[in-house]
Amino acid sequence: MANVVVVTSGKGGVGKTTSTAALGAALAQAGENVAVVDFDVGLRNLDLMLGAERRVVFDLINVVQGVVRLQQALIRDKRIDTLWLLPASQTRDKDALTDEGVARVIADLRTRFDWILCDSPAGIERGATLAMRHADGAIVVTNPEVSSVRDSDRIIGLLDAKTEKAERGERIAKHILITRFDPARANRGEMLSIADVMEILSLPLLGIIPESEEVLRASNLGAPVVLSNPGSAPSRAYADAARRLMGENVDMTVPSEKRGLFTKLFGRRAA
Amino acid sequence: MSWSLLFKRRNSAPVARERLQILLAHERSALGRSNLISLLREEILSAISRHVKVEPDKVQVKMDRGDAVSMLEIEVEIPNIAQDRALAG
Ligand SMILES: Nc1ncnc2c1ncn2[C@@H]1O[C@H](COP(=O)(O)OP(=O)(O)OP(=O)(O)O)[C@@H](O)[C@H]1O
Ligand SMILES: [Mg+2]
Repeated sequence: MANVVVVTSGKGGVGKTTSTAALGAALAQAGENVAVVDFDVGLRNLDLMLGAERRVVFDLINVVQGVVRLQQALIRDKRIDTLWLLPASQTRDKDALTDEGVARVIADLRTRFDWILCDSPAGIERGATLAMRHADGAIVVTNPEVSSVRDSDRIIGLLDAKTEKAERGERIAKHILITRFDPARANRGEMLSIADVMEILSLPLLGIIPESEEVLRASNLGAPVVLSNPGSAPSRAYADAARRLMGENVDMTVPSEKRGLFTKLFGRRAA
Repeated sequence: MSWSLLFKRRNSAPVARERLQILLAHERSALGRSNLISLLREEILSAISRHVKVEPDKVQVKMDRGDAVSMLEIEVEIPNIAQDRALAG
């Protein structure tokens, strides 16, 4: 059964698009059929992160408006053939996305893919609520920093109120993904610790992605970090997070740059 | 620079944590975060869990809004109670 997951945060620039690309690629590498959908109309970036920017012909809005069929807008990744991108429109404005149109596209995607990852725009306005609307699950991307945690809390409130599942009285599966984590600074008490963030937001932890130069390098190259440097710390952290998303039990660690060396954080498993 | 200042500089995370806890407690209640349905579901779940084991997603609360009155529909799937009783007794 298909799983629609929104990657959201409230606050901008915390790593939603990076995480959508990396998790999408990791899931696809594990053999799952994955579509990553860019909901950031007017500010699309997922195409760049996947190195597909020059292959975009049609986009989400064209499909929503019924101008083209879904198959015409989907772009297949050149490296992993189970990974597909549905790009956002760069020119149209977001009001062109109708509720019914988006519902239809998501329903169509559900019949073709195992995973549909929706890259949400920042903010709590219509763009963000549209991206979460039909989700079965949510990945709340959070940096260990006060404004990001506050905005995550706000988004969690929206997930519990504005999604179709919540309105039906069902539970939407929510996870926290901590990104740009710096273990050394957290140990020195300069940065909120993982335990602090978990206690404040009280949701299961999907993974901890360390701050790393490899992420910028990956975006320069137009490849998700799990492909540009699979052995790097952020790649291993994203691969672990993808396995947890698939329901596997993976010990929660912060992979460090030194290969094979893991910092064990806590023994308990994350949901 | 005094030692106390140095010390404070080094440990800003606990301050961040405390500020967040206070702020979010306030914002959650101000925003009426507890949307009625999810609040009811959580409380029904915890009430039932005190007596029988129940899976969180086996508790469904629905609201059918009508003009004059609304229907609150609660559906709870619980495992065999007789068996639980036997265990408890
Ligand atoms: N783990 C990381 N280590 C270092 N840099 C990172 C990491 N994760 C993300 N970044 C950087 O942070 C910036 C923002 O990332 P990204 O575009 O993924 O965020 P976003 O949440 O999608 O932003 P927006 O809200 O604008 O859509 C990028 O420059 C990216 O390279
Ligand atoms: Mg983005």
